[in-house]
Amino acid sequence: METLFSVLVGILFAGSIYLLLSRKLVRILLGIAILGNAVNLLIFTAGRLTRDVPPIIPLKSYLPVEATANPLPQALVLTAIVISFSFLAFFLVLGYRAYQELGTDDLLDMRVAEPKEHSEPPLGY
Amino acid sequence: MAATKTTVDITAAMVTEAVPLADWLLVAPVLLTMAGGAISIIFRKKSATQPWIAITTIALVILSNIGLLNHVLTNGVVTMVMGSWLPPFGIAFTADPLGALLALTASVATMCVAVFAMNSIAENERRYGFYPFLLMLLCGVTGSFLTGDIFNLYVWFEVLLISSFGMQILGNEKVQIDGAVKYAVLNLIATTLFLAATGLLYGLVGTLNMADIAGKLKAFDNSGPMLGLATLYFLAFAMKAAAFPVNFWLPASYHTPRLVVAAIFAGLLTKVGVYALLRVMLLLMPEGRDWLASLIGIVAIATMLTGSLGALAQTDIRRLMAYLVIAGIGAMMAGIAVGNEVAVSGAIFYSMHSVLIMTALYLLVAFMFQMSGTFSLREIGGLYIRTPLGAGIGLILLLAVAGLPPFSGFWAKLLLVAGALEAGRGWVAAGILVSGLFTTIAVGRLWIFAFWRGGNEHTVDGIQALPIARSSDAADISWSIWLPLIILTALIFVIGILPETMMSITENGAKTLIDPTAYIGSVFGGIR
Amino acid sequence: MNTLIFRTVAPYLSALMMLFSVFVLLRGHNEPGGGFIGGLIAVSAFAIYGIACGVSAVRRAMKFHPMSIAASGLLLAVVSVLPSLFFSQPAMTSQWLALPFLGTVIDLSTPLFFDIGVYLVVVGAISSIALSLEERAD
Repeated sequence: METLFSVLVGILFAGSIYLLLSRKLVRILLGIAILGNAVNLLIFTAGRLTRDVPPIIPLKSYLPVEATANPLPQALVLTAIVISFSFLAFFLVLGYRAYQELGTDDLLDMRVAEPKEHSEPPLGY
Repeated sequence: MAATKTTVDITAAMVTEAVPLADWLLVAPVLLTMAGGAISIIFRKKSATQPWIAITTIALVILSNIGLLNHVLTNGVVTMVMGSWLPPFGIAFTADPLGALLALTASVATMCVAVFAMNSIAENERRYGFYPFLLMLLCGVTGSFLTGDIFNLYVWFEVLLISSFGMQILGNEKVQIDGAVKYAVLNLIATTLFLAATGLLYGLVGTLNMADIAGKLKAFDNSGPMLGLATLYFLAFAMKAAAFPVNFWLPASYHTPRLVVAAIFAGLLTKVGVYALLRVMLLLMPEGRDWLASLIGIVAIATMLTGSLGALAQTDIRRLMAYLVIAGIGAMMAGIAVGNEVAVSGAIFYSMHSVLIMTALYLLVAFMFQMSGTFSLREIGGLYIRTPLGAGIGLILLLAVAGLPPFSGFWAKLLLVAGALEAGRGWVAAGILVSGLFTTIAVGRLWIFAFWRGGNEHTVDGIQALPIARSSDAADISWSIWLPLIILTALIFVIGILPETMMSITENGAKTLIDPTAYIGSVFGGIR
Repeated sequence: MNTLIFRTVAPYLSALMMLFSVFVLLRGHNEPGGGFIGGLIAVSAFAIYGIACGVSAVRRAMKFHPMSIAASGLLLAVVSVLPSLFFSQPAMTSQWLALPFLGTVIDLSTPLFFDIGVYLVVVGAISSIALSLEERAD
């Protein structure tokens, strides 16, 4: 099971890196979204997979009754999902604003912040 | 079947003995900044009280960080676990001399920026949330320095990242959005790589507590996966620290935000990357560091040369400063590449120095802009005549960043070079010295052009050119601009004159990093 | 979207969802649930109300600015960390107070207040984003 998931994680990583290398901002944002999910799945797989047994301690009991799924990766993934979700929201707004302000979503054309002329610095006064 | 209450032994899972009050100093900086940030959001419409909320909070943070550093130096590494859950189950906050020293320096730099911003951040931008972002940034940075849990480190990274995004686009201009896209994408990818490495590390050792990881990785037979992880961590943190060849986002974005924002970014953010490298490479994976040492060395030298040569090639002062940040990062990485006690001590010293000097330099750029109205090396000039005090401060800061005596940068570079020679890595030492020479030329040129010559380009020596249109007199510069500059300069000067105290702290920090016994012992107490 | 049926039902639906969000928040101590998911349910309640009756109606219904709600939640979470300071225990150690109230005993604890803080932060932050996006769409 873990092997299968590792392959899936690999495919997701490959897809996201392909998108990240693109020139279009929208594709980069999609790449970031996939990258976040790839990492979440990676953490989940790294914590080993157990089926059907949620890590919940029943009422009136102080220890889990049987061997349960590992709760820690779930907590980590939950945290990472929240963070990557909020970052994606921020990025979508930023990308939209960038498109509105700069009039392009091509990264090669986003050169507003670069120096205008490519002349040498002053060599003497 | 169902376990009963009698089978649970509380002492095996929770801290039961009383915790000294002084240990609360560990969480105090984080709690204070969070509370201060919350209060300043609630009062976000009262832009006159905003700075005072922030300054009071940061003053308290500085006090508590001084107390923490003192506590760590007298009692050794301090640990507090959240919710009384014993490590490795509870999230641990662990302060060693390295973390405590950097937390203190970061809060001092933030204080200077908060004061400086009083008159340089416009009313509407204050309402937009400059001070809450600043406090949350400090919260993320001190949290990163003090946490003892690697996933928690990731969370603090995100806290500082999201506040830095907010600060980056303060002002909402075209260039800022352009810079923010590059800054945000690269930094988020770096942090995600860090998270991926952490996930794999968890799969490998089954724990996230740094002390536990350090102990478990040492007992590991198969070092292959660990070496792969060390490389992944190195890439992720090098990206955050802006090391060659993943440094291009820094000069592309650091000149776009408000200069106070750039000051705090240059002072703190890249240093968090360096701190994480120090922590992971030296404490968690010393074997991985040994394996990567030559690569780190080459990267360090390439970074230093990119930084110093890049600084020589700039016309815009802000971009020049961005390259100086990169040059400094290279020097710190050289310390990690060498890896013996002297060099690591030098790297810690340099990080501390770099927090102060880079903040001060960007504030100096803001000051120079206010005096001259330009960022271009061609148009600036004649500042010495108009503000001798400013020119003096500028000279001290620029010489300090080049690592010349008697300022704090000198001792850091001295330690780095001595450590490199001691370890037989003369080429790293040569790299540090050569890049120091280039940096000296770059900053010397900047000082001569901006302060010493009479006016802008083509002004003949000894003649004062007409004052440039958009400029103010030295008398108009308010105290909120002079004060942080003078404080930072004085700190750099005093540390340069009396480096013994600082050296003993950094030496202590290097010892704790290289020999993790004290760190692990503090986290696990008497249990192991 | 903005039909008569929807506009009539939306206030009751959001009121029910708010109630449910508080239930999920309180349930979270021992069972699945908690401040984060409760907060999200509350935000969806506001979102439904906003789609039906407009953003300004939501802002009126919320009484306080969303950012202030988020900030007070953060403050509450920070404060809930502190009580263990007075018992010389590490930060965030849970403190319990059994409060007799109308014949039953209510167990109040610092994790509960921390969770309420999380709830408020989520409600404030996400509804602030949602409202500003909705305002822009108008």
